Amino acid sequence: MSATLLPIAALGGLVGMDVVSFPQAMWSRPIVAATLAGALSGDARAGLLAGAALEMLAMETLPVGASRYPEWGSASVVGGAVAAGFPPMSAGDLVLGAIAALGTAWLGGWSMYALRRMNGAWSLRARARLEGGHTRLVDALQLRGLSADFLRGAVLTAGVLAIARPVVPALAERIAASNWLLVFLLAALGAAVAASALWRLAPAVARVRWYAAIACAAAIAVAVSR
Amino acid sequence: MSAPTLPRVTRLAMFLRLLAVQGSWNYETMLGNGIAFALEPALRRLPGGASGDAYRAAMAREARYFNSHPYTAALAVGALARLELDGEPADRIERFRSALCGPLGSVGDQLVWAGWLPFCAMLALFAFGLGASPMLAAGLFVAVYNVGHVWLCAWGLGAGFSGGLRVAAALGSPAFRQAPQRIGAFGLVVGGAAIPLAAKRLATTVFCPNVWWAVAFAAGAAGLAIALVRARGRVQGWHVALGLLVLVTAVGAW
Repeated sequence: MSATLLPIAALGGLVGMDVVSFPQAMWSRPIVAATLAGALSGDARAGLLAGAALEMLAMETLPVGASRYPEWGSASVVGGAVAAGFPPMSAGDLVLGAIAALGTAWLGGWSMYALRRMNGAWSLRARARLEGGHTRLVDALQLRGLSADFLRGAVLTAGVLAIARPVVPALAERIAASNWLLVFLLAALGAAVAASALWRLAPAVARVRWYAAIACAAAIAVAVSR
Repeated sequence: MSAPTLPRVTRLAMFLRLLAVQGSWNYETMLGNGIAFALEPALRRLPGGASGDAYRAAMAREARYFNSHPYTAALAVGALARLELDGEPADRIERFRSALCGPLGSVGDQLVWAGWLPFCAMLALFAFGLGASPMLAAGLFVAVYNVGHVWLCAWGLGAGFSGGLRVAAALGSPAFRQAPQRIGAFGLVVGGAAIPLAAKRLATTVFCPNVWWAVAFAAGAAGLAIALVRARGRVQGWHVALGLLVLVTAVGAW
């Protein structure tokens, strides 16, 4: 990996925080976070490719309230860094980056749940003192929650990348013969997940669905002709 | 008595704090602590200032349980600031807080998570599919998404403060009721064009030995999409993707 682990871990912490805590500007979305990680690792294009695949896969799990969902921010940093980290980028790196990111998203979801439980315990402990007039506890709880979230994302990113660093080059070499098959599978899975998620999210209006079908047919025609 | 006003600096401080409204999000008080954190600059204007009893009581009250979407929480913060500065009775403020939770959460989820976010993601994927550079695709998403994000928070803060107890009327406006449907419809149409183009750009990073493989994968993707829609959320697509990718990689490595 061309970049050192520290800046990538810091990026993982920052985008991990953006998912929920601050500022929710959605630079934690895969298409942004993976591209940033790719750029930091020396190949923004590889990061973007990983980010686009992950963005399609992330479309069905949106960060809705109290539900437990995968954490795509730090996961996308892992995906982008793995895809871009062993230049020149091979298709194997791209797929292994996507696998590493999906695993990290799952782990990240659990780590967010644990953080929320911890925030809850801190909040309950502070309750009586807050009601008694210790108003500075409000700022302290916010600061503690934000710091813990940053650390969560940074440690998760660094941990997964530390494991991936020795494994990915060797594995990428072993799967080189089936690279095209894996990339096709990744693209097809991304397209299927994104299409089904959009269909469920959009209003069930026949006219709109017809417009979407026409747009899809036109895009397929453009894709085939290019 | 004249209506209270908020200086621009106070509004700006509240807006910036709103960006961290979920900083200590938890299953006990949810956004509660964040609401008190965002309101704090306004509460300093209560009689007695930041060391007064009114300030302490208001901070303790506002840090209690509250739940809503983080962006539409701006409406609540604006309205609660108005109520606190108007000197409304504590029990009335608490009833108002409870009544706001449901509508603000549901409107925000529909408008932002189910509408604006997927629309912006599809726009970025469309640009990616047409060959956009990394800077353009990622920058387009961040710029367009945050126009909506910043506008909603800034508008919410202002509308909440001027509406006070009547803030529910802002949520009931036709523009608010129709926006999620319209944005969702645009998202679906843009997505219809974006997904095939993005999938094609991804697939063309490798050389395909036979064009019929491409056709087979496209048909497989369409079949899986239909199966996932019919599963109605019982099966998560990204779980299927992780399982299949690991399986095929393991077979390829072996």
